Amino acid sequence: MAVLNEEQTMLKDMASQWVRDRLPVTALRGLYDHGGGGRSGSDGYDADAWAEMAQMGWCGIIVPEAYGGADFGYLSLGLVIEELGRTLAASPLISSALVAASALRLAGTQDQQARWLPGIADGSLIGTLALDEGPHHAPERTALAATASGDGWTLSGTKRPVQDGMIANLAIVAARTSGAPGDRDGLTLFLVPTDSAGLERQALDQVDARRPALYRFDSVNIAVNDMLGEVGKAADLIDAIRDRAAIGMAAEMLGSATQAFDITLDYLKTRVQFGAIIGSFQALQHRAAELFGELQLTRSAVETALAAIDADDPALPALASLAKATAGETLHRISSQMVQLHGGIGMTHEHDAGLYLKRARVAEQCHGSTAWHRERWARLNGY
Amino acid sequence: MAEMEPIDREEFRQEARAWLKANFPPALTNVPGLLFQGDAHAAAANADYQLWRQRMTDKGWGVPTWAPRYGGAGLTEAHGKIIGEELAAICGFNPIRSYGTMMLGPTLLEYGDEAQKLEHLPFIASHERRWCQGFSEPGAGSDLAALQTKCIDMGDHWLVSGQKIWTSGADQADWCFVLVRTDTERKQGGISFLLVDMQSEGIEARPIVLISGSTHFCEVFFNDVKVPKGNLVGEVNQGWTIAKRLLQFERNSLSEVKADITPLAPLAHDYLGTDALGRIDSPDLRARLVRNAMRHEAYMATVRRLAAEGKNGGPSHGVSALKNLWSGIIQERAELLVEIMGADGLGWAGDPYGAAEKEATRAWLHSKAFSIYGGSYEVQNNITAKRTLGLPG
Repeated sequence: MAVLNEEQTMLKDMASQWVRDRLPVTALRGLYDHGGGGRSGSDGYDADAWAEMAQMGWCGIIVPEAYGGADFGYLSLGLVIEELGRTLAASPLISSALVAASALRLAGTQDQQARWLPGIADGSLIGTLALDEGPHHAPERTALAATASGDGWTLSGTKRPVQDGMIANLAIVAARTSGAPGDRDGLTLFLVPTDSAGLERQALDQVDARRPALYRFDSVNIAVNDMLGEVGKAADLIDAIRDRAAIGMAAEMLGSATQAFDITLDYLKTRVQFGAIIGSFQALQHRAAELFGELQLTRSAVETALAAIDADDPALPALASLAKATAGETLHRISSQMVQLHGGIGMTHEHDAGLYLKRARVAEQCHGSTAWHRERWARLNGY
Repeated sequence: MAEMEPIDREEFRQEARAWLKANFPPALTNVPGLLFQGDAHAAAANADYQLWRQRMTDKGWGVPTWAPRYGGAGLTEAHGKIIGEELAAICGFNPIRSYGTMMLGPTLLEYGDEAQKLEHLPFIASHERRWCQGFSEPGAGSDLAALQTKCIDMGDHWLVSGQKIWTSGADQADWCFVLVRTDTERKQGGISFLLVDMQSEGIEARPIVLISGSTHFCEVFFNDVKVPKGNLVGEVNQGWTIAKRLLQFERNSLSEVKADITPLAPLAHDYLGTDALGRIDSPDLRARLVRNAMRHEAYMATVRRLAAEGKNGGPSHGVSALKNLWSGIIQERAELLVEIMGADGLGWAGDPYGAAEKEATRAWLHSKAFSIYGGSYEVQNNITAKRTLGLPG
């Protein structure tokens, strides 16, 4: 892993220990209905654990000190997210502390930052990004309409899936103020409290027991001060926010892939078949060696991308897509092999392999799929 | 060795930069034939190369970390890294880099006696003696320990008989480090490590023509070759341990991929054309090119990451995984390059094939060796599985 300073090493060790103690995979299991889907009444996260995470300062890692954060950088936040990914810990940390905080840092006015960031930093407020409107990530296809009304705006349309949408207090909503779906011009971001009149939320029952939401906007009124960035010019800003979101997801996926590999490797070292430990079979040894190599590529891509945010590297967009696509492919492969190499037991709900498989597919789709990011990397690199 | 203070690094960087700028002959920029283990005759005939080699020899910077009595400059690893970086910055190259510096030298430093070190290391440090590696045998490819070349103790000398194969540059080498069998009862435990003068009577090196048309490898025949007793490195039958260490040095050097490679996108645009959106006009080939290029980028990031993490500098077992990733990515790239060129990427000689096309054909064929030499793909996976991942058996 990256060469860390003393504070980062302490943060990582602390996160590693806390996640194992407080949010092991069994905690996620508690959010599941039998076999799959979210348990009825569940919010898809543990509010008490979230309060503890906030207490440890994790929600404010990238928030400026003036607004109650630690301004400790994206690599540091990535270390924590990676540890959460190891046990599939369910929390809105990426949605709020990374994505929403990034949006406000990138484009928020002083007033907007002062109003929202302290709550995000202390965990009392959960933010999220409401960008996609269908099963595939496609920001330029945004159709949700924002029309000028009085000295503000009126939003109408739908968003889905909104990550952590049922527990979010603040949604950063992409809307179309001009043009047609497909245009990069004409997109505008708004800061929308989720208790706004006319906003209806519906929990989506997803394979990984998390609870993203479907948002229905029926003439939701937005004050002019709640516009984030410039009117009609949000496409680049959306890219910048989504890049940070994708890198955060990639960090979580790196953690999940690493843990899924470790669990599988342990199994290969203990399971006996045909009178031998199955890890002594060359076919399985070679598969393990190849997965280990893929993990190396993934760690490098993710850590390089995290460091690129902190360094304000102009290559960040391409590095973000490299990280998300690489992590997507690796976690897909390792989570499938986790089931395969465990055999029948890996197919049972009782075993953790299925939980890694399910979260892997959700994470792959989130903030741009592997295919989407490959295509973007291709365009950025002239292919 | 102790790390230098940061202030020393910057001073040394300036010093290195100035010296290299003043001493590297600009005429040697982009002369591929003289790079690592290039043509010995061409090198001898090139006055700039000889001047450059002599200057680096005198400075000891070809092997900066070796002690001055062995021809080095007695510097730390950190100094050596800075020299390498500054050399790369002026598109220069180390004229001393060879199998001698990368493989035999570090091995002799660990296992050789003082007389052997003084006898050989200064000549490696000046690149006056070229070395080849007599490990592989016709009947023992990746199963290196199955080697049969006989070595009999004749009292006042050793007598060596047998055949080696895949010996890189044996026809141009002055010396060879050879694994020989001194005990036929034991497999790994019956092997010894011997230094053999290629001028000895009874040695014959025959180049092997490969599928790529090159003659880089040789077969080497040993017909009752007399070798002095003092040329044994380490103890009798300790050769396997020494060889394993040497192979670690080799794997480490193979993983040193310094330069990035040219993106294939512009070439693909030329050969395949572009669609209305400016994309390579073959969705399938484009997708495969992109995936390969992304893996290559992630691989380069991995080399940088592992270098930054490698505080101890010693060979690590993770290198086997790295070697397999590299061979896979580069082999696939060579295939893709030929595919971009279509039928023009399959010419062998003459018209209408361009020089770059013929080179691509041969590079593709040559790339098949990447997952065979230095320990095959399968052997590297065995090493990763057992040493890095701790799998049994």
